[in-house]
Amino acid sequence: MKIKTLSAIAAMLVSTPFVAVADEADKDANLVVNGEVELVTRAPAPAHLEGAVDEVISGWLFRTSETQSLQMDDFDNPGMIFVDQAMDDWGTAVGSEGKSCADCHGAVEDSMEGVRAVYPKWNETAGEVRTVAQMINECRTDRMGADALGYTSAAMARMEALISMQSRGMPVNVAIDGPAQETWEWGKELYYTRTGQLQMSCANCHEDNYGNNIRADHLSQGQINGFPVYRLKNAKLTTPHGRFKGCVRDTRAETYGTGSDAFVALELYVASRGNGLSVEGVSVRN
Amino acid sequence: MRLTKITTVAAVLTAGAAVAEIVAPGDVVFDEYGAIEKSLTGVAGDPANGEKIMVTKSKGNCIACHEVTALDYAPFHGEVGPILDGVGSRWNEAELRGIIAFAKMTYEGSMMPNFYQVEGFIRPGDGFTGKAGTEPLPPLLAAQEIEDVVAYLLTLEDE
Ligand code: HEC
Ligand code: HEC
Repeated sequence: MKIKTLSAIAAMLVSTPFVAVADEADKDANLVVNGEVELVTRAPAPAHLEGAVDEVISGWLFRTSETQSLQMDDFDNPGMIFVDQAMDDWGTAVGSEGKSCADCHGAVEDSMEGVRAVYPKWNETAGEVRTVAQMINECRTDRMGADALGYTSAAMARMEALISMQSRGMPVNVAIDGPAQETWEWGKELYYTRTGQLQMSCANCHEDNYGNNIRADHLSQGQINGFPVYRLKNAKLTTPHGRFKGCVRDTRAETYGTGSDAFVALELYVASRGNGLSVEGVSVRN
Repeated sequence: MRLTKITTVAAVLTAGAAVAEIVAPGDVVFDEYGAIEKSLTGVAGDPANGEKIMVTKSKGNCIACHEVTALDYAPFHGEVGPILDGVGSRWNEAELRGIIAFAKMTYEGSMMPNFYQVEGFIRPGDGFTGKAGTEPLPPLLAAQEIEDVVAYLLTLEDE
């Protein structure tokens, strides 16, 4: 502990005055949560990324040691409050059918284990790729007689967080072939499309420039294995589509809608770029 | 009295002429390397204003991507583009004008935005609102602002 603090101070001292001191990342850190759950934050890139990147890296490694440490203990992780709230939601009956999630699914620890790791996923009945958020809303509207939750609402984000927690430590492993392939190809096209007046694509920032600073921000690979993330900036959980929207907006573009087919496709593609990294449950970012 | 009046008229005339001389984004002429020989306004650039534009987030925001030692009083220089120290010795005025106005003409596929392009975008937005914008959009920098930035860059000479 003492040594870590010292090296953090040393890192601050050597950094040049105008580089954001608060953004010194510890790139060699290991992510072990509660001293027991070991998470993979670097992995060989999946085959489909050949020629693009050799290694896939969790966004956690690009954050400061202070931000990193908040994710290493569930008592320090501010996102866990929302997981607790979602645990209450899980057991609470809502809608005209008078049912709770637990009434159909039982214990979340059992029924939702491994779910997050393989989503977005082809849904045979629907005949399209579905996200976890869409599946949550399908249960609410079709089986519980309740209203759909707002796609990036607080209630949705925390339910996604609870479900993600049941896959913590499992490798992301979304399928990109078979019936999902067409959606994946579209997501890939969107990833490389240079939008807006700034004419930038996801790849410009997160493939060509990860590790570089853009103004005060230290660019990561834009992975979503840690989502939903708790952001210190606004003290809330952020979902993948919420993040995508912000990034597209920052290119001075008209964004796509959260929950839109385009963002579902993009989510599948971005998730596939993290195949091999651990699901982090609820990560912490600045 | 008479004389003053004439000078005023003359001043108005020249000002009018300067306005008329602004080269619209679609009328810019490039050489084969992407340089723009002709001033976009016919009015000499103001390096002091150019410096301000370089560091202002809502203007050029150039230091978001570039480090410039002479500007190290301003926080947060990025690392996406090359360090601009000595850039006034590497490039002449026409080349710098080309890089600022339409970087992608000099560097194919560059990450650097075209500061004078107003149409031909995919999903053009209304500034940073995330809503749709209508082309032609206002350019990221006005013609004279580009001249001012070029004038500033020309002061960044090698020792
Ligand atoms: C102009 C640069 C830029 C572009 C273009 C851009 N992003 Fe980002 N993105 C950022 C910055 C800055 C951050 C915050 C620092 C970081 O995590 O990289 C970020 C963060 C993210 C994160 C959060 C990562 C984490 O670990 O918390 C995701 C996911 C993401 N971006 C995805 C995308 C996708 C998908 C696109 C394209 C639709 C995109 N970005 C386009 C700049 C950009
Ligand atoms: C989003 C990133 C970005 C922004 C913003 C940006 N640039 Fe650039 N710039 C680059 C990149 C990248 C290059 C290198 C060219 C290439 O290979 O694409 C470059 C190249 C240059 C060069 C040539 C440098 C050399 O060493 O030969 C100049 C001059 C320049 N930029 C000036 C500016 C000015 C002035 C601004 C603001 C008005 C600006 N840039 C804004 C990314 C950017």
